[in-house]
Amino acid sequence: MSALAARTPAQHRRPLGDRLGSWILPGFTGLLLLFLFAPIAVMILFSFNDPQGRQNITWQGFTFRNYVDLWGRSQITDAMRNSLVVATISTLIATALGTMIGLALTRYSFPGRALMNLLIFIPMTAPEIILGASLLTLWITFGIARGILTILVAHVMFNISYVVVTVRARLAGMNQSLEEAGMDLYADSRTTFWKVTFPIIFPGILSAALLAFALSIDDYVITLFSAGSTKTFPLWVFGVSRLGIPPEVNVLGTLIFLVAFIFIGIQLWAQRRQGRSGAAAPVTLVGK
Amino acid sequence: MRTGRSGLAPFLLLLPGGAWLVLFFAVPMAIMLALSLEQGSFDNGYTLTWNFGIYPEVISQYWDLYVRSAVFALATTAITLAVGYPVAYTIAFRGGRLKNALLLVVVLPFFVSFVIRTLNWRMILSDNGIVFGFLKDLHVIPQNFHFLATPASVIFGLTYNFLPFMILPLYVAIEKIDRRLIEAATDLYASRFQAFWRVTFVLSLPGVVAGSLLTFIPAIGDFITAEVIGAGNPQVFMVGNIIQRKFLDSLDYPSAAALGFVLVAVTMVLVSVYTRVVGSERLAG
Repeated sequence: MSALAARTPAQHRRPLGDRLGSWILPGFTGLLLLFLFAPIAVMILFSFNDPQGRQNITWQGFTFRNYVDLWGRSQITDAMRNSLVVATISTLIATALGTMIGLALTRYSFPGRALMNLLIFIPMTAPEIILGASLLTLWITFGIARGILTILVAHVMFNISYVVVTVRARLAGMNQSLEEAGMDLYADSRTTFWKVTFPIIFPGILSAALLAFALSIDDYVITLFSAGSTKTFPLWVFGVSRLGIPPEVNVLGTLIFLVAFIFIGIQLWAQRRQGRSGAAAPVTLVGK
Repeated sequence: MRTGRSGLAPFLLLLPGGAWLVLFFAVPMAIMLALSLEQGSFDNGYTLTWNFGIYPEVISQYWDLYVRSAVFALATTAITLAVGYPVAYTIAFRGGRLKNALLLVVVLPFFVSFVIRTLNWRMILSDNGIVFGFLKDLHVIPQNFHFLATPASVIFGLTYNFLPFMILPLYVAIEKIDRRLIEAATDLYASRFQAFWRVTFVLSLPGVVAGSLLTFIPAIGDFITAEVIGAGNPQVFMVGNIIQRKFLDSLDYPSAAALGFVLVAVTMVLVSVYTRVVGSERLAG
């Protein structure tokens, strides 16, 4: 008993392990962050490499040429254009459809809710290869030619669930008495929706759209099964990099990284100005 | 809570999105299921013969690939958890004003296409690449050493790709913990370790479960990592590699479809066992 009493709470809070831990944990975290950036650093470095042959494996010399040569290549611009078209249109469709489902699920009770929830939940939990492969069986069975339209349909399909989940989180956290106040002030339900509900949930819709765009533009697996001979950016990259990575792949990767870096920098700056936590942003923005 | 009553409105809102999911998710799954029970060839067409025998057939032929995929995915989940937990913990409890910035730093590399990231890892880890070429020059490792195309290299690649899927849910769960509970535990003479294990860790379990599922499910179905970092070595193939080849190269649709459904079943069994074990531990702890 006296031995216990001798261990004061104060001593307990700062034992040796804690003081050791005070630099072990931040040190480990720093090392892991460096590790996460390792392939990015190599990508940026080799985007400036001046390889002699087609293989871009060892450092040969510094050049800006890869950045200049890029823009005349029709294969690259076609793949990039396909990716941007699919990502933009699929984001618009999936965001609209997903937001409507999110509204129905949070605002109404109706028979078949559980089934609808299941229909949204399962596509997010099934391995991607299953989603891709089953769509392939649909195209084969009905003799539908694979191309940019089938890719678009597939991307809308896998994006709807993510939009529903993101928008629903925003709707669930919303104070419904605001809508009631609108109704009490003689706004009809349409006016209430556009003047009250929509502005409040708009940040949720926007982050859902950003998430959908990010998932779409980076998708390889599901796209592969619905693409036929059409190439999106990830498919093109995979195709030309069988033996080594051509410099133009690293150039495009570097440019994408630069855009993301600026985007995130602006977001951090805006957060600091607002002085409030925006932890939801990176959580909802993480790609596949 | 709900302002609307059951009427036509919810169904009108659900119709377009719901129809899309039924047409392009539920129907394809049904078609794939039917296809797995058909017999025939790509040239002569397939007919539905309710050939359930295909399931024992593909399982006996490819069971080792399921075991390998499950082992790779489990190892990946365990490593990402072990590595990701201290990072999420540090950012949540020690991040201070830098919390959000640090989280964004974790996510930033993943804005670059995962195909490009994986290809660059292949280059970094190649036999005479930046890491092993250097170590070979120093004679630290034997000249014939290779890492690519080994099981460890595939697990390494999977671990890298899924780390943020583990770190973010862990961070969300740990950040929510009321730190006065940990203080209370130490005030009640819990050791530092006990306070962590019986308070912090238990309270972070929802994040552990979410992160594990977000890592395990895509990892067990992955085929890109084995294709790129595994260098297409059949010795490190996962089930996904066989499914992809059968669907897109050898056009053997029935057995490809059957392999897919067995993968879904294996995933579901492992996931439900895991959530049950963690759930009951949580009640006991």
